[in-house]
Amino acid sequence: MFGATEALRGVDIEIHAGEIVAVMGPSGSGKSTLLHVLAGVLKPDSGTVVYHETDITGLNEAERSALRLSEFGFVFQFGQLLPDLNAIDNVTIPLMLAGMKRREALRQSATWLDRLGLDGHGGKLPGELSGGQAQRVAIARALVTAPKLVFADEPTGLLDSLAAENVMVTLTELARAMGTTVVIITHDPRTASYADREIIVRDGRITAGQTAEAAHR
Amino acid sequence: MKHGYDRHFGSEKPLAFGQVYATLARLLRDGLIDLLGEQAGSGPDRKRYEITEVGRARVTAWMFTPDTPEPLLQSNLFAKTVIALLLGDDANRLLDVQRAAHMRRLRELTAAKRGADLMKILVCDHAMFHIEADLRWIDLTGARLTELQTQVTGA
Repeated sequence: MFGATEALRGVDIEIHAGEIVAVMGPSGSGKSTLLHVLAGVLKPDSGTVVYHETDITGLNEAERSALRLSEFGFVFQFGQLLPDLNAIDNVTIPLMLAGMKRREALRQSATWLDRLGLDGHGGKLPGELSGGQAQRVAIARALVTAPKLVFADEPTGLLDSLAAENVMVTLTELARAMGTTVVIITHDPRTASYADREIIVRDGRITAGQTAEAAHR
Repeated sequence: MKHGYDRHFGSEKPLAFGQVYATLARLLRDGLIDLLGEQAGSGPDRKRYEITEVGRARVTAWMFTPDTPEPLLQSNLFAKTVIALLLGDDANRLLDVQRAAHMRRLRELTAAKRGADLMKILVCDHAMFHIEADLRWIDLTGARLTELQTQVTGA
């Protein structure tokens, strides 16, 4: 329960290491709430979220924050890059928050921008990038710490078809190469088709798609 | 000719050799192509054909006549949905089953595009947009099931 509204109910899912899973459902179905609960951003009133044998609902805010920083990466709709920092500085943020020296963070960030086809764009502000380029910077920022798990919330929401395709190919190919687990929240079937399977959320419940048991078979 | 056809259009269903000869004979009979002559080579002699003006006009007419937009799946799925509601069955589950099948096909097409040439990618994209249209219909119908049930059953 969050406030007076019951956002999720009876949700039982299992996501395996290295899997790419799409969570689909109409607006207001509870899919974003599910992402926030899985990522330890929101603490549910009841139930557990187990990550590598740790029940993260039992951790305090500081512990959950540390877990997010060290283990998780995030890609949001239209990147949510810091507008006053250029592309490369945006990518360095999670590295510097983890205690890395600026010079090394810049070196690693530049390598990631190159890898994502953004060679020469590192000095540009987010407002000077196209939607697809900004989203690839966001992917670089999410993957630069080599997270075990990436949460992507509507990563193609504001992009045209071709830019969306490039973003999804980039995200999923890199994640598969790194063995990173990805949870993609989307209402777009084509974006979901890059995942190994989909989970459908409706009215706060998992109503269709492959359940944990089905995924084992 | 067969190889040219297969390279552009035959990835799903290559052209049968028999079909090539039958089609050429029909085009010749209808005056859409002319026989230019025979060309000797290492194998059997090759016949060479040329498209006629009438043939070119026919191709142009075919090319610029729009195809009829057809409701491909909806008629059947619509019927199933209404019948499920009439029988008091779970129409939501029916839509979920169809959605899962569509998503499976969409994943297959996305996988088929990986590393494919542009021709193949465009063919896959065309199929994917049609599947997406069906999925939008499925989602919208799912959101309207209660209203539809009232209309269908008069309840």
